[in-house]
Amino acid sequence: MSLANLSGIARSKGDPRVQHKGPSSLTSADRLARALGWFSIGLGVAELVAPGRIARTLGLEGREGLIRAYGARELASAIPTLSIDKQAGLAARIAGDALDLGTLSTALHRDNPKLNNALIATALVVGVTLLDITAYAGVKGAHRRTRGSNRDYSDRVGLPRGAQESRGLAREDFEIPADYKAEGRLADALPAGSSETNSEG
Amino acid sequence: MKALVWHGKEDIRCDRVSDPEIEHPRDAIIKVTSCAICGSDLHLFHNLVPAMLPGDIMGHETMGEVVEVGSEAKGKLKKGDRVVIPFTIQCGECDQCRRGNFSVCQRTNRKGELGDKAFGHRTAGLFGYTHLTGGYPGGQAEYLRVPFSDTTHVKVPDGIEDEKLLFLSDILPTGWQAAVQTDIQPGDTVAIWGCGPVGQMAIRSAILLGAEQVIAIDCLPERLSMAAAAGAITVNFETESVVERLNELTGGEGPHKCIDAVGTESHVSFGQPDTLLDRAKQMLMQENDRPHVLREMIYVCRPAGVISIIGVYLGLVDKIPMGQAMNKGLTFRMAQAHVPRWTDDLLRRIEDNQIDPSFVITHKADLSQGPEMYAKFRDKADGCIKVMLQP
Ligand SMILES: NC(=O)c1ccc[n+]([C@@H]2O[C@H](COP(=O)([O-])OP(=O)(O)OC[C@H]3O[C@@H](n4cnc5c(N)ncnc54)[C@H](O)[C@@H]3O)[C@@H](O)[C@H]2O)c1
Ligand SMILES: [Zn+2]
Ligand SMILES: [Zn+2]
Repeated sequence: MSLANLSGIARSKGDPRVQHKGPSSLTSADRLARALGWFSIGLGVAELVAPGRIARTLGLEGREGLIRAYGARELASAIPTLSIDKQAGLAARIAGDALDLGTLSTALHRDNPKLNNALIATALVVGVTLLDITAYAGVKGAHRRTRGSNRDYSDRVGLPRGAQESRGLAREDFEIPADYKAEGRLADALPAGSSETNSEG
Repeated sequence: MKALVWHGKEDIRCDRVSDPEIEHPRDAIIKVTSCAICGSDLHLFHNLVPAMLPGDIMGHETMGEVVEVGSEAKGKLKKGDRVVIPFTIQCGECDQCRRGNFSVCQRTNRKGELGDKAFGHRTAGLFGYTHLTGGYPGGQAEYLRVPFSDTTHVKVPDGIEDEKLLFLSDILPTGWQAAVQTDIQPGDTVAIWGCGPVGQMAIRSAILLGAEQVIAIDCLPERLSMAAAAGAITVNFETESVVERLNELTGGEGPHKCIDAVGTESHVSFGQPDTLLDRAKQMLMQENDRPHVLREMIYVCRPAGVISIIGVYLGLVDKIPMGQAMNKGLTFRMAQAHVPRWTDDLLRRIEDNQIDPSFVITHKADLSQGPEMYAKFRDKADGCIKVMLQP
């Protein structure tokens, strides 16, 4: 049962219920970005809580602090990636991928007994980087202001009698309601004649 | 029937749903002929408004033809009537309704206890909005159930096309109230932030109400061109300093009246560093809104001036310079529009050719294209300012 049906308990009997779902406003790039955002959270949490295990697996002993910092970085980029500002999040992820690859490259030497694992991890990060780049380009393409967005609407007046002729037109027969009055002049508030008396006296 | 349904952040779908049914004798059902997407819908699209549920039907700018009437609404409505439906649901009888404060009607929020908890006291039921305001299914659909239908409709005559009438549901009275709230005097300079559909209506209202100088602020050239069409002086905040320009245009004194037609989702840019901080706080759930426009208005407004807030704010905002506002003696007016308070008068002005709100429509599409049109309107792509949908 989907969420849309479960939420039925919040509805009354005459309210429409979803019977068949149609196509979504989310593009495939949007969905890929969302998946990468959740992936970031998973990886970030693992790096934060188990940096020692990750270091041992990859032959990066002694770099636990760095791995933990990378975990924080993953989480920090996940937040915008999962938000409507995906583009910023994905850009941050791509920069992070470069850092990951840089660090992994230090494990890619013959003396590393875990060389195989390090190679697999590098291949994985390269794959994820490609996905990040695909999602970034897709999101950017799908949500940009297309060429021709700067249309000229200077003929859309909306005031059939003309912009100039319409100035003050409604003042002839519209009185600002009493509860919307915000202005007044002292002269209007004083009893008739008193302002003159005051200025002369 | 077909309807545009909220499934989560940025996830709106054109689903098949069951038809609405009359529940209460004051209900009526209308067959929707036209509806529109509003800037407020974008706050829902971005999941900034709390208490939305997957499966909620969107839409609060709707008109159509009455097809079924409950027994208690029969005196006021009949089958075949052509009606525009205000986005606010009102009972017409409570203390607030009798004062004309329809958007805070005390009786129409069917989840009033939620409203009491969230706002201190409940506000009116609204179509296609959060469950804090009743969670009523909206009108971006083929059919709409209208609760309290005897008092929640504007009857409109045949012979005027939907395009001219539809916006009586929201943006025309909203823009009008934004201007009325400032109590415009001849000689006043009115500055309006935001040239979206609401800002465009506020600009025209301020002109009709006799402002001497109307200044419109935005960063999108096509929207500024539409503002200039009505005679507004335009300021592009990406290329000019808003404060400097406003002071220049008012002999250094600042505008008498300031209208916020932007609301919670102020543009984020490096030129306005406070907006970056607001966006970061918003992501970390440290703040609900990005109140850049409020800060700017309070700073630049002439002492003893009026600040009219019609753009929607959702919750907690940071760094509002209350000290400036207090010492300058500013008056604040704000509300969800009290739609029916203005609609009779505005309908007459449409019939009388004083205003033709159809100017704002830049895109028309079939309801089934709704999901794409949400994205297009949000991205401000393809010169999009206002989308009208027809089932
Ligand atoms: N109070 C009511 O009853 C009511 C009714 C309808 C809509 N609204 C609200 O009014 C607001 C505007 O609605 P809309 O349909 O015109 O939406 P919109 O999103 O189309 O328009 C907002 C405009 O503000 C501009 N903007 C952003 N940041 C700005 C800044 N710093 N300075 C100047 N301009 C800036 C944007 O470029 C855009 O053109 C929304 O918050 C909406 O929820 C309120
Ligand atoms: Zn609206
Ligand atoms: Zn009421």
